[in-house]
Amino acid sequence: MDRHYVRKLPATWWLRKRTYLVFMLRELTSVFVVAYALFLMVVIWRADDPGSFSGLFDALDSPVGLVLHAIVLAALLFHSITWINLTPKVLVLWRDDEQVDPRLIAGANYLGWVVASAVLAWLVLK
Amino acid sequence: MAGVEVTAESRPATPLWWLLFSAGGVMSAFFMPVTVFLTSIAVAADWLDEEELLDAVRHPLGRAYLFLLVSLSLFHGAHRFRYALVDLGFPWLGRRAWLFYGLATIGTGVCGWFVLRL
Repeated sequence: MDRHYVRKLPATWWLRKRTYLVFMLRELTSVFVVAYALFLMVVIWRADDPGSFSGLFDALDSPVGLVLHAIVLAALLFHSITWINLTPKVLVLWRDDEQVDPRLIAGANYLGWVVASAVLAWLVLK
Repeated sequence: MAGVEVTAESRPATPLWWLLFSAGGVMSAFFMPVTVFLTSIAVAADWLDEEELLDAVRHPLGRAYLFLLVSLSLFHGAHRFRYALVDLGFPWLGRRAWLFYGLATIGTGVCGWFVLRL
């Protein structure tokens, strides 16, 4: 016997409010994170053979390839921003009796994101 | 009735899955956009030619980086998507934890093999 209280909600509950919608879109960025991880696996697989590798990038150098990349990039940027905005909620710091400003924690993460991106781009492009 | 069940029952995620979820969240949030930039815009604009990109992928550090990014992102996505499925009214699917973490584990193994065979 299930003695737990069960409340039923319609499956479309997340369309009711803007904040619910943003929450659901945030959770669904996971689809794009996985899709891009699978794409990277194809890149690694094809890196075995230079001909196969350049074939992949020649195929991507098309309007369809660029549109797909643009959609993925937009979703991943949304993921990064919403993830960093969550950091002050997970990490609550106290200095003496005062709580460290949540904006400072998020700000430090934004800075880390920019620095990490710049370092990786520099390493690959230099 | 189709819909989302809201129950008092909570199934705490084991610390390992949560750790992998959050490590993957940080890794993908910090490094995926710039990686997309490098594999798309930078190549299309000729800031990076395909040979240089290939060298970067095959470099030992490049391989270690890609393996970590892929594996942690798979665990991140598996965990988050599983809970999204429960919230969207598919608890029968989302609660099959072994399915999602199993696929991420298989993906990690396959990626490890891809990286080692280069």
